[in-house]
Amino acid sequence: MATAVKTKRDYSLVGESTRIAIETGLASAEWYHTDLPRKAMKELMQRSDGPAIRDTIIWIAAIAGSAAGIIWFWGTWWVVPFLVVYGVLYGSSSDSRWHEGGHGTAFRTRWMNDVVYHIASFMVMRNPVQWRWSHARHHTDTIIVGRDAEIAVMRPPDLLRAALAFTGILDFRYSLPTLVRQAFGRLSEDEKSYIPEMEQHKAVIAARWHVAIYVATIALAIAMGSLLPLVLIGLPRLYGSWHMVLTGLLQHIGLADNVVDHRLNTRTVYMNPISRFIYWNMNYHVEHHMFPMVPYHALPRLHELIKHDLPAPNPSMWHAYREVWPVLLKQLRYEDYFLKRELPPTARPYRDEFHALTIPAAAE
Amino acid sequence: MGDWVEACGVDDVEEEDVIRFDHDGRTFAIYRSPDDEFFATDGLCTHEKVHLADGLVMDDIIECPKHNGRFNYKTGAAKGAPVCVNLATYPVKVEAGRVLIQVG
Repeated sequence: MATAVKTKRDYSLVGESTRIAIETGLASAEWYHTDLPRKAMKELMQRSDGPAIRDTIIWIAAIAGSAAGIIWFWGTWWVVPFLVVYGVLYGSSSDSRWHEGGHGTAFRTRWMNDVVYHIASFMVMRNPVQWRWSHARHHTDTIIVGRDAEIAVMRPPDLLRAALAFTGILDFRYSLPTLVRQAFGRLSEDEKSYIPEMEQHKAVIAARWHVAIYVATIALAIAMGSLLPLVLIGLPRLYGSWHMVLTGLLQHIGLADNVVDHRLNTRTVYMNPISRFIYWNMNYHVEHHMFPMVPYHALPRLHELIKHDLPAPNPSMWHAYREVWPVLLKQLRYEDYFLKRELPPTARPYRDEFHALTIPAAAE
Repeated sequence: MGDWVEACGVDDVEEEDVIRFDHDGRTFAIYRSPDDEFFATDGLCTHEKVHLADGLVMDDIIECPKHNGRFNYKTGAAKGAPVCVNLATYPVKVEAGRVLIQVG
């Protein structure tokens, strides 16, 4: 299997990089896993409704409380702290709820996962059908150029775009027109490449529901002569998504692409408890990708069991961004450059035979 | 009708668990349900050909370890995205402490 893409990367899902990924065996490849006894794995995979019900009650109470504060203090400066809290809960924590609900791991009870998934999908402005499939592809072909539909920062990196991502403007500009286009029954060629034909009509129906709610919200705002309905529904995706970007960008940025070992292309970062609540422990991201069956609340335990086989986690977000920044600058001139993270002596080595052509470009 | 093939001993599979069984170039998954019955299906997920024996058994559901697709392992029914195609199932019987499956 060869892994290098020495020509310019083509991030479309139906282009030259797609063809190369399929021909070289990078697509749908077998990935590296740390060995873990079945008994330990079974314990880690066990589902329970308890932790997610507790977290969801806290989550809904915080959303409702901050929304009440916005309504109460609307028109005064006292509204600002409530906007900050509500914005992050709506525009950022919805991403992790979408994610865990989509995997079906947060709750043991399926319908609970589905309810949270659909509510969070609406909040984060994602078509629930389209994104279920795009995320399945992301797990099959993590950061494989031409295959993965969820590569946040492409190479060479567009730093202005990455910076603007913190404002939510770009994502908003992409997500809303995408939903409208899909509501009119039009799926892009990329979308068709990962949504099975038998599921495509469901994506259109879901988009119509989302758009209908936005239309109703706009109508209510016009009828009230107030922005308040939009501040509560829709616009938080703009002013509250910064935390999602802050945590989510670190998942893969600056690391290898076109490899089949999550230790090379994914990052685990230690984070503070508030960010971990918002992010539902997805800071343990190597662990999540290696074993997607493990629920968010068991990821810290999984981390303890396999950390001997993984690169050392970044001790903080600040540390991770300091590590990433010079890599991005170098990628501006030399897009094959990436950060190859060192393994501890207890780890099984990277399988260089799989990555022989990309490894030389790494910063050790 | 296919041949009956010995897959494993009853004690090789824990309750509410699954093991892999390879035979004649094919791979199967052998399940032991919480009420101590045995079942057999194709061993690979119909979505991305991942071994289901690495997945999680919950009641009568097997969840794929890669994308969390779910099947009813008793009927083979796919329970929703990202799995859309049912799993093939195989007759199972237990004789003298051994689990046998009828391969088609």
